[in-house]
Amino acid sequence: MKKELMSGNQAIARGAFEAGITFASGYPGTPSTEIMEEFAQYEGVYAEWAPNEKVGLEVAIGAALANTDAMATMKHVGVNVAADPLFTVAYTGIEGGLVIITADDPSMHSSQNEQDNRNYAKFAKIPMLEPANPQEAKDFVKIALNISRKFDTPVFLRSTTRLSHSKAPVSKGNRVTEISKPAIKIDTEKYVMVPVNARKRRLEVEKRLNALKAFAEKFPENTMEINDTRVGIISAGVAYEYAKDSFPNYSYLKLGMVYPLPENLIREFSQKVKKIYVVEEMDPFLEEQIKAMGIKNVSGKEIFPFTKEFDPGIIKDSIQGNEQKKQQIELPEIPPRPPNMCPGCPHRGLFYSLKKCGKVFVNGDIGCYTLSFLKPLEGLHNCVCMGASIGMAHGMSKALGDEGKGKVVAVLGDSTFLHSGITPLLNMVYNKSNALVIICDNRTTAMTGMQEHPATGFTLQREKTKAVDFIKLAESLGVDSVRVADPYDLAKTTKTIKEELSREGVSLIVSQRACVLFKRAGETAKPSLRIDLTKCTGCKVCLPIGCPAISWQSFSAINAAAIQRNAPKQDGFVVIDTSLCNGCSICQQICKFDAIID
Amino acid sequence: MADVVSILLVGVGGQGILKASDILAEALMFAGYDVKKSEVHGMAQRGGSVSSFVRFGKSVYSPTAAKGTAGILLSFEKLETLRYLDNLMPDGKIIINNESINPPACNLGSMEYPKNIEYFVGNVSKNVKYVSASEIAVEAGNIRCANTVLLGSLANHLPLISGSIWKKVLTKSFPEKLLDLNLRAFELGKSA
Repeated sequence: MKKELMSGNQAIARGAFEAGITFASGYPGTPSTEIMEEFAQYEGVYAEWAPNEKVGLEVAIGAALANTDAMATMKHVGVNVAADPLFTVAYTGIEGGLVIITADDPSMHSSQNEQDNRNYAKFAKIPMLEPANPQEAKDFVKIALNISRKFDTPVFLRSTTRLSHSKAPVSKGNRVTEISKPAIKIDTEKYVMVPVNARKRRLEVEKRLNALKAFAEKFPENTMEINDTRVGIISAGVAYEYAKDSFPNYSYLKLGMVYPLPENLIREFSQKVKKIYVVEEMDPFLEEQIKAMGIKNVSGKEIFPFTKEFDPGIIKDSIQGNEQKKQQIELPEIPPRPPNMCPGCPHRGLFYSLKKCGKVFVNGDIGCYTLSFLKPLEGLHNCVCMGASIGMAHGMSKALGDEGKGKVVAVLGDSTFLHSGITPLLNMVYNKSNALVIICDNRTTAMTGMQEHPATGFTLQREKTKAVDFIKLAESLGVDSVRVADPYDLAKTTKTIKEELSREGVSLIVSQRACVLFKRAGETAKPSLRIDLTKCTGCKVCLPIGCPAISWQSFSAINAAAIQRNAPKQDGFVVIDTSLCNGCSICQQICKFDAIID
Repeated sequence: MADVVSILLVGVGGQGILKASDILAEALMFAGYDVKKSEVHGMAQRGGSVSSFVRFGKSVYSPTAAKGTAGILLSFEKLETLRYLDNLMPDGKIIINNESINPPACNLGSMEYPKNIEYFVGNVSKNVKYVSASEIAVEAGNIRCANTVLLGSLANHLPLISGSIWKKVLTKSFPEKLLDLNLRAFELGKSA
């Protein structure tokens, strides 16, 4: 069949469809998001966004218990959230097949940490496959499903950013003709994990792991290529591609399954080559196990970096032991260009207002608004994981006691709140907290690219559904005061925040304004604003909002004849880039000289 | 030509770099090459510096290339050229969009947008072409197709991709109402 250019994520979705997986659940998270979006478009499948990864995995487990072939998708830190069901479904097994996709993010392109989720496979005692390229990503889903069904175990398929978001030609196949028929089967001894049953299943897990070790020895995707026998490389996933790119003539043991390992095959390989390099990003996961086998002449993390993703150059330099031939290039000082909140982003108005409310500690969370920590807004002061802002704000306010009154805030997005903010909010009410929670409700999961969630009114497969009402929800939890604010209205938003900070008890503000990029919300861009150069005094008061459309123009950089001074010590003026501005008017509300005009 | 050629596309999030690299990768695939491309999504993308490798040859393993090995650097923004300059092989080709977009520190006036970018680029390669892609895009009908203009300019260095392949991929990549505009932008970029 003809080849098609596919990303690793598109290929995983295609592989799931071809393998006959008919059910999937997940929560968006870079670099995993597109797997669900792509899968949801195939005919004859059911796919849904869960509010978080734990729910997503539990939903997939439920489907698999009803003899359906199911998939759960998540980014690496999502597996932390889903770890509770994960470790026990490893004991129970399932009726249908269950494939769990973990998309790791070496280099932390879009994540708060760099955890190596291969450790989860060993920890939870379930097998893990690791494809190296989009074609394998597609093919390995089917293999993972077959292993799951054969060994009655959930199976991990691990991707990384460089696989999920790389494209390559992929051959499509046909979908399997036999699709599993859903059915109810009751087997309490296997599925009710009380101690008496769990102890029996614990033994089954060990038996299964031994069977999988034997399977790994003959697994066709663990492949040996013997070329130049002076050097042998053991690798897996995209790291194999980097190594092969740099050293096409060395010998290779490429592992398609990274847990459990084929010990005999590794020994056989070690006898064929003089020296072994274990090429793996992040943790010495393979290396430690290989060294524990007593295999000699193995090098790993003593030469390769322990952090960040590799590329062919890093592997070459590490093996050749030199910072070889790095070009010395003369460069000026290059200003950084970090990701930034967009022009017209509603979060900007909220954080500007919050800054006007005195010295408060803003507990942050995971989403676009996290970017407000940058200068000049410096809008939040910590960020740990999804939903953590509320729990941390509560703990902080309790620890500070009276000192903390009116000074502790939690800020998190609508999707993040629904992911894991409801329980800590309940805790605040229960334990009589004294802090303010602000939901930055931009009507969508913006950071990952506009995914639906339980408050948007639509499902992943584009069906209309109920939308949770944040106000009613907070009231029913017992929150003392619930308010709504429009972050495009700075004065009112500031007033609302100040009032709620001075109030005793738990307060919640829903800062409501759709993401400026979210087309369905109908937030039509207004015409660009511009600067009236006869009025701009160069006071710079509009710069601290950090809008990408506003820039400072120093008089020293322009023709003296063109200088227009409106204040005695004026040394420049501001410029609005009309191609970026969408007329949100936040700068206009701040300008004291009416110099920003329609 | 080397076994595998690496093209690095760089610029600022929102300039259409991923779209351009998708079109390029697909055109190379239709021309009969093995191809791999890499990109970034999510937090890394919001208005920040963006890069995408497209690598092609008989057989390509890695989706990214070692520093100092890219044959062509296609830069959508002048300053971003400098940030990625060490990826280029000695005297590799550089195509630069004559466009400056201020990073936040320059907007605030706390850092200066580098002057003499041409000088620093010229030290690394004599093989540099500046294209006023935004102006050409306006001439074609819409400033937003500057990325297609740059692809047109790049096409001059990839004679192995025929005009009909480019046309086929562009037709696949744009909705009908935007197709003529982009075909025009591509041709203008090619002759610029």
